[in-house]
Amino acid sequence: MYAQMVKSEGTAAAEMSPEERAFQDRIDRGEKIEPRDWMPDDYRKTLIRQMGQHAHSEIVGQLPEGNWITRAPTLERKAILLAKVQDEAGHGLYLYSAAETLGVSRDELFEKLHSGAMKYSSIFNYPTLTWADMGAVGWLVDGAAIMNQVPLQRTSYGPYARAMVRICKEESFHQRQGYAIMMKMAQGTPEQKEMAQDALNRFWGSALMMFGPSDKDSVHSARSMAWRIKMNTNDELRQKFVDETVPQADYLGLTVPDETCVWNAERGHYDFADPDWEEFFEVLKGNGPCNAERLQARRDAWENGAWFRDGLNAYAGKAAARRAAAALAAE
Amino acid sequence: MTRKEWPLWEVFIRGQHGLNHRHVGSLHAPDAGMAINNARDVYTRRNEGVSIWVVRSLDIAASSPSDKGPLFDPAESKVYRHPTFYDIPDDVGHM
Ligand SMILES: [Fe+2]
Ligand SMILES: [Fe+2]
Repeated sequence: MYAQMVKSEGTAAAEMSPEERAFQDRIDRGEKIEPRDWMPDDYRKTLIRQMGQHAHSEIVGQLPEGNWITRAPTLERKAILLAKVQDEAGHGLYLYSAAETLGVSRDELFEKLHSGAMKYSSIFNYPTLTWADMGAVGWLVDGAAIMNQVPLQRTSYGPYARAMVRICKEESFHQRQGYAIMMKMAQGTPEQKEMAQDALNRFWGSALMMFGPSDKDSVHSARSMAWRIKMNTNDELRQKFVDETVPQADYLGLTVPDETCVWNAERGHYDFADPDWEEFFEVLKGNGPCNAERLQARRDAWENGAWFRDGLNAYAGKAAARRAAAALAAE
Repeated sequence: MTRKEWPLWEVFIRGQHGLNHRHVGSLHAPDAGMAINNARDVYTRRNEGVSIWVVRSLDIAASSPSDKGPLFDPAESKVYRHPTFYDIPDDVGHM
């Protein structure tokens, strides 16, 4: 998902220390873990990785949509897209500050993103070629994100759960504004409908990849599920996404680009084909169509903003010194 | 090159007139004025507040999780602090 391949570390139940046992019992009772509570080192490390990856995805996720802010077809669409992208910046900030309660600083996380040591979701390494892509991204990408984020509101780590509550409140606008764009395009001229279909064709597979590898290849799930920092398996969520999305595509008069995608009455689910996993792992390795461009945009933003951050620091320092001197003079 | 990080601030928002300020999260800012500006953008994009407090995270003193027992357990046995402890006959009427 936004955190697609989080390596988790952990101990088998039999080797748990008494503290670890007590910790696991708290989680099993549904208690929230708070920043200053005792926690296993591996829980902390795994969470930093997961929340960091999630935060990075929110931030890098602004780029494909930022691409269209200046080219939105109407002033209203532009205002909506701007508000949506601003929300994503906010989501990144909620998650960075939640991660900081675990003892890592935001700047450290930034450095790890910029050096490539930490990942973000593979979905943001695809280009957004037409205005219809803004529809597909909101509908499918935010839609897939919601699938994962709603259950995470019940995750065991308090600050993470609270950030998720805040994020989920805002996400539904994102998906709906995307679907509204798709509706408009699908009901437009044949060319516009064609653009909508093309956007769906290009984003379908990569949206399915957002849930991470198939359960049989997902080696770190069990530990994370015991800790309640992963609430569902990748395949469960992917199926749920397909089941909700296919009827929405039908409503638009569009077709998901998968002939094998049919309702299976016996299972009570849609059957569907796996996305191209080879492509997925290539994109994760950095070989997607936009990996280099996205990372460079982040690095540039960080480096080119450095003088400004330093300037504000210098101003704050001087103002504080002035206040201290005035206080001294008044004594 | 390592730069000085902006300090961390805790943000408290009064949701509506008449309610307490509530902790909503934290953010980085160089000074209090910028912290309030940033808090407005990060935490009140949808009319969530009518007033903002910010305080440097470093300035917050907190009880430690291990003090939970000594601090809060004594209250458990003081049931007589609750109105439901007292049986008042229905005949007395609303009290
Ligand atoms: Fe988001
Ligand atoms: Fe979103």
